Amino acid sequence: MTTLLKAENISRSFGGLKALNGCNLEVEKGSITGLIGPNGSGKTTLFNVVTGYVKPDSGTVTFDGADITGYEPDKVFARGIGRTFQLTRIFARMTVLENMLVAIQHDEGWLRGMTRSKSSKVEVDNAMEWLDFVGITRLAEMDAGSLSYGQRKLLELAYVLVANPDVVLLDEPAGGVNLTLINQIADKIRTLNEQGKTFLIVEHNMEFVMNLCHSVTVMNQGTNLVTGNPAEVRSNPLVLDAYLGGGDDDEEVEVAANG
Amino acid sequence: MLQKKNLWWLLGVAVLAAFPLIVTNPSDTSIGVITLLFMACASSWNMFSGYSGYIALGSSVFYGTGAYTMALISIHTHMAPGAAMFWLVPVGGLMAMVIALPFGWIALRVRRHTFVVITIAVFFIFQLAAINFSFTGGTSGLALPFIQWGFSYYNVPFYYVALGLVIFITIVSAAVRRSRFGLQLLAIRDDEDRALGLGVKVIAVKITGFTLSAFTIGMAGAVYAMFVGQIYPQFVFDPVFDISVALMAFFGGLGTLTGPLLGALVLEASQQYLTVSFSNGSLYLILFGSLFLVVIMFMPRGIVVYVKDRLNKSAMARAAVATDQLAATGAGSSS
Ligand SMILES: Nc1ncnc2c1ncn2[C@@H]1O[C@H](COP(=O)(O)OP(=O)(O)OP(=O)(O)O)[C@@H](O)[C@H]1O
Ligand SMILES: [Mg+2]
Repeated sequence: MTTLLKAENISRSFGGLKALNGCNLEVEKGSITGLIGPNGSGKTTLFNVVTGYVKPDSGTVTFDGADITGYEPDKVFARGIGRTFQLTRIFARMTVLENMLVAIQHDEGWLRGMTRSKSSKVEVDNAMEWLDFVGITRLAEMDAGSLSYGQRKLLELAYVLVANPDVVLLDEPAGGVNLTLINQIADKIRTLNEQGKTFLIVEHNMEFVMNLCHSVTVMNQGTNLVTGNPAEVRSNPLVLDAYLGGGDDDEEVEVAANG
Repeated sequence: MLQKKNLWWLLGVAVLAAFPLIVTNPSDTSIGVITLLFMACASSWNMFSGYSGYIALGSSVFYGTGAYTMALISIHTHMAPGAAMFWLVPVGGLMAMVIALPFGWIALRVRRHTFVVITIAVFFIFQLAAINFSFTGGTSGLALPFIQWGFSYYNVPFYYVALGLVIFITIVSAAVRRSRFGLQLLAIRDDEDRALGLGVKVIAVKITGFTLSAFTIGMAGAVYAMFVGQIYPQFVFDPVFDISVALMAFFGGLGTLTGPLLGALVLEASQQYLTVSFSNGSLYLILFGSLFLVVIMFMPRGIVVYVKDRLNKSAMARAAVATDQLAATGAGSSS
């Protein structure tokens, strides 16, 4: 097993608030890694640091053996790290297909990129294949802004995948969507993982995480608390403490209900 | 469908091309020239601001640069007055591009609201510079080589050059809309950070779009200078111009191909006509303002989008029902 993505000793403060405080995380190549923790424990901030949206105060991010700390988001993406956002972000006034075409990556010169058509046949076929994979081909010509919440989640997943990143970071893929869709998303992740794709998933739905992930890291107050396989994490008393002590009320309910 | 659309475009060009043949009164063809120049500018402005959502209020920086390029070169090289001066039109565009590069490099590092403010600030710098530098002739302006085409015929060459410019800009704008570059501009409009995270080099894309639109506005400015024969800083670096161009594009439909053309056609032609018809110079402003308010209140996304929506309304309603049904049955049915 080799480590594909590694965050070492990451710290980041917002004003006086230490959102990340010496946090460590490792993602094995070919794994589905879960990242859980109470609200406000710094999971999204860690995603932002890894993908270049937030610069860390200290610490290093290593991807595939190279130091990528502080890279801009476009560079990080070009390197092979794709992500979705907790609050789904799509291009609302463009069609679903156009959304997909934005994400398709090209190694090409500036002039060529400026002048060539947005949609070669190969690109459109590729985009349609991924829309088909998540099951929304029929919406291809619709404005993305008119999609339902669940459909937006699928679109965001599809356009991250179309660029064929080595690792996909998903921030709450099951948040706010119905059970059918949750299961569907889990299936897609599993299928892709069997084909070798690596995933890092932040999720509050414990059943989803425990069924899907090979390894789970629990965060609390900006730092990594416990790492292990789902069974180990589930039985670790520190984890329950973190949720009971640090989180708010719905967090306890969720753990009690799902865990 | 596509055929029909092209026919409409051809019809539009034919009507515009026939105008000076049918209406020969110089005061009317002069309105025609100015209107075409505004159509060129509104469409150019839309090519960057309409597609990217970065509202620029300094278009006259490029218009004025084009105008002064035309004036200074034709004066200092002692050009023979006449059609050969039209060769300076693309040079005016290139000079505007040269200005746009550092301007954009600074202004496009910030986000939308700050960008608007910077464009206004740069505009004032240019206006002040044009007034105070000696090579611009200051407030007494510059007189270009005097073209002695007959009075009745004078406007016609300018009219067709301006029309050619409008067609050129429309084709460029349509090409941008179909290109990967245009797609990236639209993605920036919708969610710049998300676009950045999908590998779009947002700063390079924005600067390119900004510079391209400066090029075509600069060309229009050069034609303008040659047409009026005498330029003054307060007229070619005019804040009303900056706002008008943006309003015309809004009025017709931001980010659409036809919208800015129609907006400029309707607003500028009616404004010019009213100014000429009523000697009271401020009456047109009242009518103009009222018309504008009515459109913005009832068609906030512009005339073209409004009409399109109306036409598609029943079709869209059907599509919406279909979508709801899809959502209700769940996406789980797919493999
Ligand atoms: N840009 C920011 N400015 C100020 N504070 C921030 C910013 N981003 C995050 N924070 C704060 O940092 C802390 C960690 O936030 P983060 O979003 O990373 O938590 P999370 O683990 O993703 O929580 P959740 O499960 O609710 O999504 C929170 O207290 C949050 O308010
Ligand atoms: Mg979060």
